[in-house]
Amino acid sequence: MVLELRQVEKRVGQDVHIHPADLTLEPGRFNFLLGTTLAGKTTLMQLMAGLEQPTSGEVWFNGRNVTGVPVRKRNVSMVYQQFINYPHMSVYENIASPLRVAGMDTATIRQRVGTMAEMMKISALLDRRPSELSGGQQQRTAMARALVKNSDIVLLDEPLANLDFKLREELRDELPGMFSTRDCIVVYATTEPTEALLLGGSTVALHEGAIVDFGPTGDIYRKPANLTGASVFSEPPINIAPVTKADGRVKMNEAVHWTAPPGLPDGRYTIGVRPHHVHPLRANGNTVAIDGTVKVAELSGSESIIHFDAFGNDWISLSHGVHPFEAGQKAKLYADISRCLYFDETGRLIQAGNGGGA
Amino acid sequence: MSRITLSGLKHSYMPSPSSDEDWALKELNLEWEDGGAYALLGPSGCGKTTLLNIISGLLTPSHGKVLFDDRDVTQLPTEQRHIAQVFQFPVVYDTMTVYDNLAFPLRNRGVDEATVHQRVTEIAEMNDLTATLKRRASGLTADGKQKISLGRGLVRTDVNAILFDEPLTVIDPHLKFQLRSKLKELHQRVARTMIYVTHDQTEALTFADKVVVMNFGEVVQIGTPQELFEKPQHVFVGHFIGSPGMNVIPCDIDNGKAVIGGKAIPTANTASPGGENVIGVRPEFGAFSPQGLPARISRVTDAGRFRIVEADCAGHRIKLLVGEDEAIPSENAKIAFKPEMTRIYQDGWLAGGERAP
Repeated sequence: MVLELRQVEKRVGQDVHIHPADLTLEPGRFNFLLGTTLAGKTTLMQLMAGLEQPTSGEVWFNGRNVTGVPVRKRNVSMVYQQFINYPHMSVYENIASPLRVAGMDTATIRQRVGTMAEMMKISALLDRRPSELSGGQQQRTAMARALVKNSDIVLLDEPLANLDFKLREELRDELPGMFSTRDCIVVYATTEPTEALLLGGSTVALHEGAIVDFGPTGDIYRKPANLTGASVFSEPPINIAPVTKADGRVKMNEAVHWTAPPGLPDGRYTIGVRPHHVHPLRANGNTVAIDGTVKVAELSGSESIIHFDAFGNDWISLSHGVHPFEAGQKAKLYADISRCLYFDETGRLIQAGNGGGA
Repeated sequence: MSRITLSGLKHSYMPSPSSDEDWALKELNLEWEDGGAYALLGPSGCGKTTLLNIISGLLTPSHGKVLFDDRDVTQLPTEQRHIAQVFQFPVVYDTMTVYDNLAFPLRNRGVDEATVHQRVTEIAEMNDLTATLKRRASGLTADGKQKISLGRGLVRTDVNAILFDEPLTVIDPHLKFQLRSKLKELHQRVARTMIYVTHDQTEALTFADKVVVMNFGEVVQIGTPQELFEKPQHVFVGHFIGSPGMNVIPCDIDNGKAVIGGKAIPTANTASPGGENVIGVRPEFGAFSPQGLPARISRVTDAGRFRIVEADCAGHRIKLLVGEDEAIPSENAKIAFKPEMTRIYQDGWLAGGERAP
């Protein structure tokens, strides 16, 4: 099974909603569309589903051009951020509805709904109406309906976004199990980098309607193809600063410089340092001290997030433990240079990590 | 600005409550210092919104009193309480400029234009709105509009407290992060009493000096973020705060000490006999150690800056947070817990500890 977008473009009047996109998606993993609101996640999903038609380009499924084939003739399910169920039907009837539409016999429907309800942990709720359910239970019902008909393509559009923090964690934990035995292509839109990381699979980083990176989730997190991709895939935001490499040294300014990673050509770069690689205490030999002024420190009881200004750039340090700092305080923070990403002047990744100590 | 006291407060939406479940808010006594940052944290239906509505005056409690400093305001309507509120969805006058939006609460109270100008300019600067002052509010993004709501709350000097009801829920994560730290920064600058209601532990813990954790209409624990993380008074707090939440493993008690599968587990507290006993330990405080309990690793999740290891240990699934570079044994794993961060809970509550007020 394979879903392909070939130079798929979507324009509405003068506005480009999706820049020509090439993408090949396969079953057996989550495929994340990661980006902010208006990055193009929902539009891309609608193009995959056939709910929207591309302005140009083609959508192929299993070696067949399905561009222009309407959604009802494709075997596609969608789950939305809002919990969408039929309010006048019981949970059982909600889950059964796509099977009834398909003309399946009652015994098979009962069996399929039963299995699905068990997996979604809503067996005890089958007689209830959606309005009698919690948000988490409503979304489980919607998810059950999407999965019960064995669709080829399942599109999940920010399915956990409207749930409370803890319910989100609970359902996210169960998601891999729900999909482990299914033969379908799963596409999952999210604004949250952590959600993609925790669920693994592959990630498409989207920015302003363009695919800026695509690959196994852990890989594109650690080695993003470009600066835009690194920014999309970073929470809290990745720290960036201009540097120059010459004479075997990388120099941020007169005070902050370090041994260059071997093989890095001379020139100007933008470095990216993730907040958890900037420490409030000197952690190891691969750090350089950066002098700055603390803007605010957020202490969560288990972690410290320190916002500070250094050489005109905003820096963020995220660390374990409680590290109090006063606003306005001068402080040194220690950036782990061995983890630093080097992007060239066009924003392309040239080198990931490996720089020496100060 | 005021100290806020809640005294013998409880509330039921029913005319004659009898059983425990009839109370949307069970009896509560607490005092909030003038100028503090507080959060009400709990799942949907825990009573946090009921409590917020009682403070703002939208709801009159069936029992008890609300005091601002020493003044009883229990029966006063919202408009006489001098409270500013920021809601989940920004409340902004789209047709007005940002300046006029910020000026609105002041002009409404007949403040002279010179003072209005001085206050609006100052608040706009704090909220990074100076460049947009002349623009219409309708053109702004969600976080920009929320900054106006926030600015309107801050612009008055006569407010007793600013109440926030899930103010960041509809904001994208990267903007949420910025706005969250902005709010913290603003609190430090203006030192106004702020009360923040949310289901999101990160928002509550990073914002507040003290967090009130609620469940089923009851206050389960009030504490600093560090107290809630390091010493939960109840397994609910251990579960609800932290991600993943605290591990809970059933244990026996022998001579006051915890025993799992015949092996004594060192803990920070002791328990008297009786009740249902568990040990509670956060995923952050477990580590691979030859002295530990045998465990079988069932799943490893890469969260980027750490990994979550799931393991079957003493017949229970537990979770461990392991650093980016730490090794994970492929077989014969043994897991030990930091004794000073491992505690016995009896019938849900910290054994030998004081219960929440």
